[in-house]
Amino acid sequence: MYGGGYIFDEPNRKQLREEQLHDDPEKLAAFEERIAKGEKIEPGDWMPVEYRRQLTRLIEQHAHSEVIGALPEGTWITRAPGFKRKLALIAKVQDEVGHGQLLYNAAETLGKSREAMINDLLSGKSKYSNVFNYPAMTWADVTVIGFLIDAAAIVNQVANAKGSYGPYCRALERICYEESFHLKQGHDALIELATGTPVQKAMLQDALNRWWQPIMHFFGPPDKVSQHSEKLMQWKVKMASNDEMRNQFLDAYVPKIWELGLTLPDAHLHKNPETGRWEYTDPDWDLFFKVINGGGPCNQERLQVRKWAETEGRWVRKALMKPEERKVMPVA
Amino acid sequence: MSNQSYDPRVNRLKLGSTDDPIKVEEGENWNIYEVFHQEKRGAHHEHVGCVHAPDPQLALVFAKEQFGRRKKCVNLWVVRSADILAFDLEDEDMFANNMEKTYRDASGFKVMEKINKFKGAGKQPPAKDGKEK
Repeated sequence: MYGGGYIFDEPNRKQLREEQLHDDPEKLAAFEERIAKGEKIEPGDWMPVEYRRQLTRLIEQHAHSEVIGALPEGTWITRAPGFKRKLALIAKVQDEVGHGQLLYNAAETLGKSREAMINDLLSGKSKYSNVFNYPAMTWADVTVIGFLIDAAAIVNQVANAKGSYGPYCRALERICYEESFHLKQGHDALIELATGTPVQKAMLQDALNRWWQPIMHFFGPPDKVSQHSEKLMQWKVKMASNDEMRNQFLDAYVPKIWELGLTLPDAHLHKNPETGRWEYTDPDWDLFFKVINGGGPCNQERLQVRKWAETEGRWVRKALMKPEERKVMPVA
Repeated sequence: MSNQSYDPRVNRLKLGSTDDPIKVEEGENWNIYEVFHQEKRGAHHEHVGCVHAPDPQLALVFAKEQFGRRKKCVNLWVVRSADILAFDLEDEDMFANNMEKTYRDASGFKVMEKINKFKGAGKQPPAKDGKEK
């Protein structure tokens, strides 16, 4: 699952420009030429300071999102309806945590250790996808997450898999392959509720109504207010604009909701036949920023569960530790 | 601190009972091992990624969980990332192939041309010389 389209960035632009000045202009030109030719950048290659910084943050946040994203679904394993759904949910949650590890490793090739990334997550310095700061209240929520949030993540990940950094692309290739199962099992579970009893339908409709705004938030603020730099696009760190990805998602998945006789809580939502683009009521972007900065319904719980896991698991890690071992970052 | 989770198990954990900040120490997530995956007998082991583990035995266990839970896999190798010796990527140009290296390519040897020439040359003279009387 779960690379949100939005790369959270702290506003420290001044310092960046200074760092940027240190990049050797000749090396920078050669670097940009390689990317323009479609070549991949590998861990030992020269890269601009800002490229390394942005990529580290992007991949790290993606990794956190996988691990934190497993929490709202993981809580439903014991209550999943039926043996097959339980098996599928266990498999999916294991995949998500596995994706987190693949991504932490890809980020580590850029020089930041996994321990440092986990510390930044626990201290709140590093973010994860906003959607996981909402609770999964019913089983229908799990089906909406499994279908629509995974679908949104796939749109984003398929785009990122064509990016310029080799280790990230390789991790995403494997992730996208496994996501196809997540999407299908989510769709299957959602269809079962949508075509079920009136109570099941009502439960699903309620979940859709509650999740629609977080899903619209998923790809990040609209292009007109988001200051994602052209550099990131040129360096193939960001592959498509937030609105572009949101439109792709709506195009593929809104019809799949409507065909089941379900509704989405936005009367204005429609595809403009002339432009071919979807139009919708802007979600509450103030709320988006409030939630990302810790004000969502589950921010505290998510981080506390992670802290609990770190604290309670520490003795196992310590018992197995061999301090004389020399550690280096992954080679590829 | 009371906890209003929708998950009864989370409620039982008494989260946030201490406010001590948690800091994972460098090295606490152990060492890094590169993983090589063999899809079928007779095939090469191919690099697929890495795992964090305290020793090679556990690295194999984690590698199986991480890289062997789908698709075919008959064997895995692990090796510490620190033990991998690689050329510097900046020296990539030393692999540039000199195009004049036909002497070490199969296509650099034209045996059929020579065979055909030999066969062609062999036919005519004996035909003439062979006539006696």
